[in-house]
Amino acid sequence: MTNQKDDREVVIAIENVYKSFGDKHVLRGVDLHLHKGENVAILGRSGTGKSVLIKIIVRLLQQDRGAVRVLGSNVESLHEKELMALRLKIGFSFQNSALYDSMTVAQNLEFPLVRNVRHLKRSEVESAIDEVLEAVGLLAAKHQMPSELSGGQKKRIGIARTLILRPGIMLYDEPTSGLDPLTSIEINSLINEVRERYHTSSIIITHDLTCAKTTSDRVAMLFDGNFIEEGPFDEVFQSTDERIRDFYNYNFIQQ
Amino acid sequence: MQLKQQANNYNTGKVIPFFTGLYLAGAFVARFFREVFRRPFEWKETVRQCYDVGYNSLPLITLTGFVTGFVFTKQSRPSLAEFGASSWLPSLVAIAIIRALAPLVTALIAAGKVGSNIGAELGSMRVTEQIDAMEVSAINPYKYLVVTRVLATTFMIPILMCYTAFVAMMGSYMNVHANEATSFISFFQQAFEKISFLDIFSSLIKSVVFGFTIGIVGCYKGYNATMGTEGVGRAANASVVLSMFLIFVEEILIVQITNNMRGT
Repeated sequence: MTNQKDDREVVIAIENVYKSFGDKHVLRGVDLHLHKGENVAILGRSGTGKSVLIKIIVRLLQQDRGAVRVLGSNVESLHEKELMALRLKIGFSFQNSALYDSMTVAQNLEFPLVRNVRHLKRSEVESAIDEVLEAVGLLAAKHQMPSELSGGQKKRIGIARTLILRPGIMLYDEPTSGLDPLTSIEINSLINEVRERYHTSSIIITHDLTCAKTTSDRVAMLFDGNFIEEGPFDEVFQSTDERIRDFYNYNFIQQ
Repeated sequence: MQLKQQANNYNTGKVIPFFTGLYLAGAFVARFFREVFRRPFEWKETVRQCYDVGYNSLPLITLTGFVTGFVFTKQSRPSLAEFGASSWLPSLVAIAIIRALAPLVTALIAAGKVGSNIGAELGSMRVTEQIDAMEVSAINPYKYLVVTRVLATTFMIPILMCYTAFVAMMGSYMNVHANEATSFISFFQQAFEKISFLDIFSSLIKSVVFGFTIGIVGCYKGYNATMGTEGVGRAANASVVLSMFLIFVEEILIVQITNNMRGT
């Protein structure tokens, strides 16, 4: 594992985190730091605890042991109001987009905005919605229902819904899963655009090597509940570790 | 979600999960009373839910209420006629409908229609991570989804109960009028002769309790649904079964209490 000194501000610090579900030990002492302005991809096979890890960051799940600090706050010990305030600074893009299916696209975006930013004028709400829809390239879908959108469009709207609250940190859970290669490339470009336009730091959970390579500064390989390798993409995949080679080859064959 | 994790941690054997489940259900109900008085209030969503629960249940409630009144009157007539007491029919029907049938029929219909709907809707939102999406957007999903629905069922079931009673009495009147040519005014005068304030009040209280039960059970089952689409079906089914069971238990308890108050 690469242990380089980095003086940049740490926005997420995961230290020695353990998590089990019954007898299944999913995370076994995980450590990871995300620096300001950085994109880190967490790679690993299905069921290795990648999604569990980012759910712990926003306290959708709680770790059994270890500490998670986001922007200096220990997530586990936050009171409800403090947690809410912290969550406003974190955008979470779900694997299945998790759009509210009884609401139109515009209502999906308006819902978190008007509940978190009170006393907004109607025109301000509309312009905020238009701005993020334009950022994800889906202004035309404003009045459509989620059921009318393709998988890629849903992912984009899911990302737009998080962007409307202007988060400083983005957590992407499998942003390209279930998408065709061309749409995946579009989503990868969008992740990079979001980083540039909104100055976000991101953790990208994926098992798609193209996504990891094109969107991240660093990758971390999760295997059996622990990171076995961490560093720039090319360095990690030059490893002679058989588990990493297998993962790389498998992805290559899949593509 | 944290409550569910606590349950998972204790998930050994059968006895401990049972008590853990009771604790979790109790905590879920207690949370309602904490959240209901806390700002911000979701008035718009509550009104929308009231419309869903109330207005959308009207066709089924109307049919069931009318048939209940009509058939109950028809079936009771021969027994009363044997004792030459056919003239007591309006009073008997009114007592049966207002004291027992209207609250119970309304609650059971609502448990089937509204309870399953709430269980399935929230269950679906849970398994598709829509509830998690609210949480990470700093929105309190309990307040938006649970409090609004429980308030809606608690307010609307008593109103639906009154409507069911009215429709059932109309069904009864049509049967009585067809057989005994009793006038509308005479029927209702006889019907309400034996009805006391306590009868109406206890039925209203019962309906409030039934409404709360339907809402909170549907929400609890849906909110804690697991295991994908299968879990959604289970949540809907469990909402109906548990609501109906609790409604019968509550019915027995409230009847005992009101009978004690009546001194019978």
